[in-house]
Amino acid sequence: MSKITYIDYQDNSKTIEVENGLTVMEGAIQNDISGIDADCGGSMACATCHVYVEEKWFNKIPKAEEAEVDMIDMAIEPKKNSRLSCQIIVSDELDGLTVMTPKKQS
Amino acid sequence: MTKTDVVIIGAGPVGLFAVHQLGIKGLKAVVIDNLDKAGGQCIELYPDKPIYDIPAIPECTGEELTKNLLEQIKPFNTKFFYNERVDEVKQDNDNWIVKTNNNNKFTAPNIIIAGGVGSFEPRKILVKDAEKYEGKSLFYSVKNKDEFKNKNISIFGGGDSALDWALELSKFSKITLIHRRNEFRGAPHTLSEIKKLENEGKISIKTPCKLESIEGDKNVESISIKFDDEKIEKIRTDTILSFFGLIMKLGPIAEWGLNMNKKTIEVNSENFETNKKGIFAAGDICSYPGKLKLILSGFHEVALASVECFKRARPNEKYRFEFTTSSKNIQNRLGKK
Repeated sequence: MSKITYIDYQDNSKTIEVENGLTVMEGAIQNDISGIDADCGGSMACATCHVYVEEKWFNKIPKAEEAEVDMIDMAIEPKKNSRLSCQIIVSDELDGLTVMTPKKQS
Repeated sequence: MTKTDVVIIGAGPVGLFAVHQLGIKGLKAVVIDNLDKAGGQCIELYPDKPIYDIPAIPECTGEELTKNLLEQIKPFNTKFFYNERVDEVKQDNDNWIVKTNNNNKFTAPNIIIAGGVGSFEPRKILVKDAEKYEGKSLFYSVKNKDEFKNKNISIFGGGDSALDWALELSKFSKITLIHRRNEFRGAPHTLSEIKKLENEGKISIKTPCKLESIEGDKNVESISIKFDDEKIEKIRTDTILSFFGLIMKLGPIAEWGLNMNKKTIEVNSENFETNKKGIFAAGDICSYPGKLKLILSGFHEVALASVECFKRARPNEKYRFEFTTSSKNIQNRLGKK
């Protein structure tokens, strides 16, 4: 279990315990975190689980592969710290990770 | 009004296999889909990506899977209604009346909703006033390229659609191609063509930047783009083309009185019927305890739903379970002798 914090665009913050091995997206969906749609269910095909990763964590997460970066092109308001939460796998190293969810996913 | 046994909403893999499961039981179906072809997410989202978990098919792409499913249901001569979205579902005694946005009407005792995550729509530009220009000087697709002649066109996007249309329209218009990062993703040949045209001054490329605002009155006159270093540039523009892929919108399905759970429809896992008798949901759009969003789960779901469809469509006949390997009836329906 690792603690993951989700902060929405209005600055509401929720911290939940997510089982290691699940993705940050799955953690959100299973715990009714708003702001993450995940329409395609995690197949990296829709960019509706787009999150901004807190700067200090961004470089600790394994780098995005090309297909993910391509998909982030489709997201609304992508930034330098954009990731798809379905591609971030929770582990002990990411205990304490904070992600910001965008105002809109689609 | 077309009368049939089952109206299938969605021509993705699950909708297509529903045709098969109904067809071998002697039931007729029509299929309605908002896209212009069959395949659903398999075709729109990942036509070239290999799928590895279709039983007995070690590897196939979304496109191949769709092609094979269409081949498998060929004997049933099913009618497909593409580019149409189901807007209304109304009860008429034991039947359902289904109306599309193209004013086609169907009546059937059964509906199978295999609608994935809803119908596909282009992802839209969200800056102020974008909506006002949509269809006039802002477009999400090119239907008739003659309307894009002799214009200043700003194209947004970094994928194949953006690149291909930049190339094509540069033959008779001035193109600015705008993308959020320096790398484009496209076929190597396309990329080198684009570079060539940039060197010849026929295409202007602006990266890394994004749309900041649209200026104009009745029509777009210019756009402002913002670079990563906060610098803003104004570009004279008559027409904006935006290619940020498709999103899925649940749409009118939410208004049909079905029990919903977030964006999914609740069903029982015995025959995948919803809270409305004769309306079934299968594939990604349905939910029940333990549901997995896998194509193979959708296949199972429509197989079971088709049995209940038979009972409702043929109330005076006894349903008999049969195997395709041994049933003469099924083999006749498949056109095998």
